[in-house]
Amino acid sequence: MSVSYALLGLLEGSSRHGYDLKRSYDRRFGEVKPIRFGQVYRTLSQLERDGRVEVVGVEAGSGPDRKRYSITSEGVTDLDTWLGEPEEPQPHRQSVLFTKVVVALLSGRSAEHFLDVQRARHLDAMKALTTARRNAATTQDALLADFQLFHLEADLRWIDHTESRLATLAEEVRDVPDPRRR
Amino acid sequence: MSQILAGDDLHKSFGLTQALRGASVVLDEGEVVAVMGPSGSGKSTLLHCLAGLLTPDRGKVRFAGRRIDDLPDRERAHLRRTVFGFVFQFGQLVPELPAVENIALPLLLAGRRRKQALAAADPWLSRLGLDGVGERLPGELSGGQGQRVAMARALVANPRVVFADEPTGSLDSVAADEVMELLVDAAREHGTTVLMVTHEPRVAAWADRTVLVRDGVDALGQGLGMASP
Repeated sequence: MSVSYALLGLLEGSSRHGYDLKRSYDRRFGEVKPIRFGQVYRTLSQLERDGRVEVVGVEAGSGPDRKRYSITSEGVTDLDTWLGEPEEPQPHRQSVLFTKVVVALLSGRSAEHFLDVQRARHLDAMKALTTARRNAATTQDALLADFQLFHLEADLRWIDHTESRLATLAEEVRDVPDPRRR
Repeated sequence: MSQILAGDDLHKSFGLTQALRGASVVLDEGEVVAVMGPSGSGKSTLLHCLAGLLTPDRGKVRFAGRRIDDLPDRERAHLRRTVFGFVFQFGQLVPELPAVENIALPLLLAGRRRKQALAAADPWLSRLGLDGVGERLPGELSGGQGQRVAMARALVANPRVVFADEPTGSLDSVAADEVMELLVDAAREHGTTVLMVTHEPRVAAWADRTVLVRDGVDALGQGLGMASP
């Protein structure tokens, strides 16, 4: 979803070939996972069908990279709309951390132990990210590390918060009636 | 690395409240260690006991192999002035003194001449990005600047251990990062050991190791464990 808008954003400055787009994309957004050529061309074909990009030149020869793409006015409008709309917040409501805590309590195991080891693992990850951010070559790289750091910190705050409420949660988990036994 | 500071089976109560109930911790020379834990877990009390600001009811504190918890007040005060440095949440700068004099304070208290002390304090200004603010009073500094002055003050006498209690507590995340980077860099450069109490994981992530305090004891029961590699 966001790949097509990222490509539109890259095309807004100037028309480009697919290969050029892939390189620009990877430089800016591909830190975690570079985009594959196939996906670039598939996305461009889709955008072309939707009228959001157009081919403005085809060089002699064969292969998909001979086409030069440009954003259309519909594409610009679409990009405007996308950037102007807030994203749906996506809290991971049934995250595996939550499930593990409840299953631990249900089965009489130590949820506290799980939360402690999870906290240690999270702190290790945050330490590695802090080092990566310090060594980041660009503000963009640093902010990407920050993005991950803030999210891990949110998990940690939840871990601490849950740990302080484990006794109440344990009672509640035990008291939930099984509907089949009604 | 050799051991520089150790607390062994520390107990401390305030009235009926037991703040520490047998906490132990060992710090190696040059280590940066974060102490975390919920509010009221005893983490600040632990720092204050290790720094000689509080006397534990039971247990021992050793600095460089020497027991310091049973020293007379005067000797402990001397130790705090000469080999320890302190940074607190709200800087606690002397409001009547300009930044550079606040930085020079530990040297002046240790008996250095004013001119010498100010000359030693001066390089810290540019080092911590405080060029041009040396003559400003604490009230005229931003939160981040004030905290950097407090940090320079903690480091100026080249202490062996810096104790920091929520050193970024009143700062926004950008200023907090700057302050932490400066603290960690300066500590590494001088081989200074840092013990900091924080409730913020992003701040603890700057440390070499994190220690978790819960209910006045080490949470994992292994000499304040939860060491990260």
